[in-house]
Amino acid sequence: MATLAQPRLREWAVSTRTAVVAVLVAWLVLWVPLRGVNTLTLASSDLTPLHSWLNDLNTAVNASRNTNPIFLYVFNEIRLAIDTLVTLIQGLISQPAFGRPAPLLGWLGVVAVSGFAAWVFGNIKVALLTIVGLLFIGLQGLWQEGMDTLALTLAAVLVCLLIGIPLGVWAGVSDRVNRAITPVLDFMQTMPTFVYLAPLTLFFLIGPASATIATLIYAMPPVVRITAHGIRAVPRTTVEATESMGSTRWQTLTKVLLPMSRRTIVLGVNQTIMAALSMVTIAALIDAPGLGKTVIKALETLDVGTAFNAGLAIVVIAIVLDRVTTAAAARAESTHAPSPREHRRRQVLLGAGAAVTVACVVLSYRYVWASTFPTTDFGVGGPISRFADALTTWAQTNLSVITAGFKDGFSRVVLDSVEALLVQSPWWLVCAVVLALAALLGGARAAITAAICLALLIGTGLWADAMATLAATLVATAIVMVLGVVGGVWMGRSAGADRTIRPVLDAAQVMPAFVYLVPFLALFAASRFTAVVAAVVFAAPVAMKIIADGIRGVPAVTVEAATASGSSTRQLITKVQLPMARSALTLATNQGLIYVLSMVVVGGLVGAGALGFDVVAGFSQGSLFGKGLAAGVAIVLLGIMLDRITQAAARRARGAR
Amino acid sequence: MADTVRTWRRVQVALVAAAALALTGCGGATVGGGGGGGSGGGSGAPCGTVNLAVNPWVGYEADAAVYEYVAKNKLNCTVTKKDLKEQVSWAGFGTGEVDLILENWGHPDLTKQYITDQKTAVDLGPTGNKGIIGWYVPPWLAQAHPDILDWKNLNNYADQFKTSESGDKGQLLDGDPSYVTNDNALVTNLGLNFKVVQGGSETALIQSFRQAEAQKQFFIAYFYEPQWFFEEMKLARVSLPPYTEGCDADPAKVACDYPPYDLNKIASAKFAGSGSPAAELAKKFQWTNDDQNSVARSIAVDKLSDEEAAKKWVEANQDKVNAWLPAGTS
Repeated sequence: MATLAQPRLREWAVSTRTAVVAVLVAWLVLWVPLRGVNTLTLASSDLTPLHSWLNDLNTAVNASRNTNPIFLYVFNEIRLAIDTLVTLIQGLISQPAFGRPAPLLGWLGVVAVSGFAAWVFGNIKVALLTIVGLLFIGLQGLWQEGMDTLALTLAAVLVCLLIGIPLGVWAGVSDRVNRAITPVLDFMQTMPTFVYLAPLTLFFLIGPASATIATLIYAMPPVVRITAHGIRAVPRTTVEATESMGSTRWQTLTKVLLPMSRRTIVLGVNQTIMAALSMVTIAALIDAPGLGKTVIKALETLDVGTAFNAGLAIVVIAIVLDRVTTAAAARAESTHAPSPREHRRRQVLLGAGAAVTVACVVLSYRYVWASTFPTTDFGVGGPISRFADALTTWAQTNLSVITAGFKDGFSRVVLDSVEALLVQSPWWLVCAVVLALAALLGGARAAITAAICLALLIGTGLWADAMATLAATLVATAIVMVLGVVGGVWMGRSAGADRTIRPVLDAAQVMPAFVYLVPFLALFAASRFTAVVAAVVFAAPVAMKIIADGIRGVPAVTVEAATASGSSTRQLITKVQLPMARSALTLATNQGLIYVLSMVVVGGLVGAGALGFDVVAGFSQGSLFGKGLAAGVAIVLLGIMLDRITQAAARRARGAR
Repeated sequence: MADTVRTWRRVQVALVAAAALALTGCGGATVGGGGGGGSGGGSGAPCGTVNLAVNPWVGYEADAAVYEYVAKNKLNCTVTKKDLKEQVSWAGFGTGEVDLILENWGHPDLTKQYITDQKTAVDLGPTGNKGIIGWYVPPWLAQAHPDILDWKNLNNYADQFKTSESGDKGQLLDGDPSYVTNDNALVTNLGLNFKVVQGGSETALIQSFRQAEAQKQFFIAYFYEPQWFFEEMKLARVSLPPYTEGCDADPAKVACDYPPYDLNKIASAKFAGSGSPAAELAKKFQWTNDDQNSVARSIAVDKLSDEEAAKKWVEANQDKVNAWLPAGTS
């Protein structure tokens, strides 16, 4: 049947492509006479009535906080609970507490407990990685900062899981819940943190609670989404079989759904941890303790070396947590049942490990040498800083002429043209084009969502800025996809390449953008191009990982058959592997877009202007708060619109395959 | 079965042995045991805790370092520093989380909200630092083309200031949006063939100045003093039509230079009226741009810690510090 349907579907695909091209050509033709008309521009210091109203609302909320019962009873209680949790973890591993001048667990205790836990839940390899990673942070001279960051991350992740996993399960079993929470999760993930960072301190005061809540707003969506996805992926027939045997809903959940989606749920936990760590620097702007503060302080004086050293510590924490959770997931899934003998051996070893751990804990509780990480001559922090400094200086003196030329050329040819098309077209023309494309690629529902988003975008009063941001976003996403396909295919085809590239990708994802912005500014000046490059650095790794996964997912039999019938490597990639990994490609485009959008604000810090700058300005100046909030909403709207269109297009493509 | 029991016994033995080893075996200093420095230093009445907001720029860090050093060592106060952006710091007056801001740049909207309307904050007077805002060019440019330092000649060079971001006009780079800027209006009203490009951060400005100086590029940007970067590079200020009282009243019609800012200290009303020695110190705290620059230099260029930088300055300027303290303290 599939073969019968194929020609018709192909025809359909061809006619869609023609229609899309026709729409784009019509746009270009109309742009020439109409450009500059109805562009809805707003000067950077001007406000619309909506922006002023939001300002007043902010002031009113602020003024009522001492009398409003919601503040007194709800927010205060939440704050108290979270503050207690964070302070407890800090007292355990990072801050003096319980009447002692040091945390309960000194460095030796933390290293031992973490290593042991990694061994129990993962394997001996990740246990060693954990120990080496933690010791490395100590040798960087960042033990205390690292532990503060770890404490805050653990607290945020804990709360995320406590709320996120049940919510994800619920969304997994109920379509209605899933539909209801999806836009909320989109909002949480794409709304720039800068927008709600200042208001958060009004609700939850300055302190660990606000920092934790800022982190968990951004970090919770992945675990909810992925858990729901995992529950949904459990085969219908299995669930029905269980139900027909008379299981209650609770039994179905605990005996079938949860165990079968365990691996996926752990991956969700993993993504949540990564997201939480990417918030470390931003949370430092409201006094969150830890490595983020080191980065921010160092950048006040453009001290790239120190900032890089701290950024590297964040990367190390991320890689350790990532590998341990991944190993735990693999273990959860492994069907290999140990023989009684293996089991006994493991028990003995674990017992010995536990003994050593307890000893280390006791030592680190009692003795200063095991409690405070010693400063040694083997410290690596200094050399790392000096190396990063030297590299930056070398790059900016020797490369900047070439890179500046490249930036100018690329900006003129690509950025300027895309931007001119979007920004200078009348708003109704852009709307018509977007609606036509949404309908053609994604169908009626996508078009309706797009129409709502466009209407609201106009409502924010920031249409022109939104179009400038959209232009840069589209360009950045295109580059992300090119890199994603190249890197993803390479990683997907070669396990060796995967092993070498993956740590670099992890680093690019969690190294605070602030660290590499300084050298980027030297190479590409304060410009839209710098913003595009920063977005690509952050978003390309995700695309590569997803595409590599897709390529690896192509059945080996198919690849062997193609090779046997004499396909060249190139044919194999372009005719077999990429087409078969099509759903991975669309997912990568989708995630690439979302990740690029989450860098819009960072772009605003390095000269991209538009919505990113509006958000930054709103965070810095009270009188621009409303405009910043509106800009944040505009970013969310762009995200939802692009997401729905690409998702719908992906579903159609999958249907067409 | 018997095997499992034996295994467990072995584990227990190991545990006990390890714990015993840990408790008795090794020596070394114990946590919290012995030594613990008594509350030495300083004299006078106990002072309590001050929550000091620290805004993210080096000049402010210098203020905070010196204030903390003096409050701690001369008055026995505990200073809790909180790293915060300006808006959040002000909001902290309302929530009782912040007692003191040491270097405030204007912020009329926040002044109205917290001092005039909400009455949770009060002005503690000037820090003695003069804030200067304006347009600056890198040193090589000021030397090679001295006439560029007069705004009237800027249009002659507009072409050279072009970048990929400014289209067919010259680029004027603006920076951190925290500070007031009239640049768009200025460019229009002075008839300059320039376009204001939003750099978005102080980092972007400083890095651009460095590149422009190293590569001898034409570059002009919005910048301000006091600023540690002047210790690294003596930027030259371009003169705009002089500021007169009220010439910036209508933001859309501004065609004059920025006014000099008297940077001031803001405290929460509660802290200011507490009579705490820390509050008195905050009221009296005053120094010059040079003083701040020298501490900022120690922090930013010489890489001293805040405490070392403050100590160095305080020891060299005992007389200034004594003037901030109640009679007979030092």
